[in-house]
Amino acid sequence: MVKSGEPAVPSMSTAERYFGWTIGNYATQTFAVAAAEVQKLYHDPLELLTRAVQPVLWLMLFGEVMARVRGVAPGNIPYIDFLAAGILAQSALFVAIFYGISAIWERDLGVLQRYLVSPAPRTALVVGKALSAGVRALSQALIVYFLALFLGVGIDLHPQNILGAAAIIVLGSGLFSTLSLIIACIVRTRERFMGIGQVLTMPIFFASNAIYPLSLMPPWLSVVSHVNPLTYEVDALRALMLVRGTSDYGLPVDFGVLFITSIVLISIAGRMYRRMGY
Amino acid sequence: MPENHTPAPTSEVAVQITGLTRKFGDLAAVDRVTLAIDRSKIFGLIGPNGAGKSTLIKMLTTLLPPSSGSATVAGFDIVKQPSEVRRHIGYVPQLLSADGSLTGYENLLLSTRLYGVARAERKQRIKGALERMGLAQVAHRLVGQYSGGMIRRLEIAQCLLHRPAVLFLDEPTVGLDPSAREAVWDRILELRNRFQRTMIVTSHHMDEIDEFCDRVALIDHGRIVADGTPSELKAKIAPSATLDDVFVHLVGTSDEAQTREGYGEVRRTRRAEHEHG
Repeated sequence: MVKSGEPAVPSMSTAERYFGWTIGNYATQTFAVAAAEVQKLYHDPLELLTRAVQPVLWLMLFGEVMARVRGVAPGNIPYIDFLAAGILAQSALFVAIFYGISAIWERDLGVLQRYLVSPAPRTALVVGKALSAGVRALSQALIVYFLALFLGVGIDLHPQNILGAAAIIVLGSGLFSTLSLIIACIVRTRERFMGIGQVLTMPIFFASNAIYPLSLMPPWLSVVSHVNPLTYEVDALRALMLVRGTSDYGLPVDFGVLFITSIVLISIAGRMYRRMGY
Repeated sequence: MPENHTPAPTSEVAVQITGLTRKFGDLAAVDRVTLAIDRSKIFGLIGPNGAGKSTLIKMLTTLLPPSSGSATVAGFDIVKQPSEVRRHIGYVPQLLSADGSLTGYENLLLSTRLYGVARAERKQRIKGALERMGLAQVAHRLVGQYSGGMIRRLEIAQCLLHRPAVLFLDEPTVGLDPSAREAVWDRILELRNRFQRTMIVTSHHMDEIDEFCDRVALIDHGRIVADGTPSELKAKIAPSATLDDVFVHLVGTSDEAQTREGYGEVRRTRRAEHEHG
């Protein structure tokens, strides 16, 4: 590592000092956090399977029954197709919204302090966590895709559609996991977080177009759903995932809403994350 | 091997603390602390639980902003230049800082990336750190399966990859058996003797502090109540006094001193011991 003849106070090379402030380093630090998550999943892949139970139940129980009710899905899309995109977004949402718990857990253990004493910009750490949630959500998405194919959903398998759907899932999970991180910074204990997480998931899920179109909603709920980012995530996923799917708002609007909301949440979380070290 | 280092700071003082204060509500956890810590020394920080040791370290490591006062670490101001401070320090917290669901190697890789160690140097530094800490054999095993002593040595390795000038070690030997404690201290001494690192160490083991620290400060109720070499402190009490005697003499053994630590502190310490042991 180091030989004994070196200068009295070994410090950083000038290159390191200089590159400490570049985009390249920001990307490396962000990537470091997400890479650690991938390594953890690699060591314990069973967790992914246990999380896959919920989307399976939604599609095979709820979906099969609701498919018999006529007129829920708009246009000529079979309900199970309509639902598949919603459940894809939902499974990503559920992974993301409880992500803050892991931040509290890391704080209690002490692992979080290790990130906070590093020179990585706080937002790089937050974006890294958001990407980590995205990685987990992608593994969920893979399971939902296979399941949907098995159930005969008309899945669009064009590479550009799959990549587009993957991008939306990462963006959406990043958004909700950052929201979750902000809540974790406020409530600070796992017990309180569990309560709030439960309270949040219900309205985010049901006040959206995930399992029924907004046109079926009373006007006030439709308004609420229009400011719910999940609605735009589902809207984009329907267009990208399904052969017969279309977007109500257009993909640029969907991407734009998710992207801008994410940026706002990340900058808020970056300010709050440091307080977790207190 | 050739290394490109910035010129060593000319100052002989690694950490300069001036009137540093942190209040939580009305309580001053750290109360107008003034201290100068010399370069290439092992500085022991002792005091009862809840006396302000951890709060002081959290401020010096930029985790917690001070209420008033100032400090420089490795020549950088903790309030005005926090990211420069972070770049030049290593911190081994009392709690776990190695991730149990990653391997030792992966933990070190994470640190090199977070600290911006150039890609070309990462592997070599990690390899060197693993060998130095006696962990080369278990590098690819999950840290969750390490012993307490191995985890501590890995955590110290994590903090050395970016070659920090100042290293903070918060109770590095808590919950370790005597031979693991000795192994940890061997590494700490080597860091001072061979690499001239400055180290600030807290411990409840007065024998360790007495044996290994060049200077000691005793902190109680957020204030420095004694500061000097271990022999100076002992000589003030009695010719044959131990550092334990110094501690008891200055802090007292009253229940008031004992109860200050509180449930949260006990829970944390016990859990840290449990996780490490």
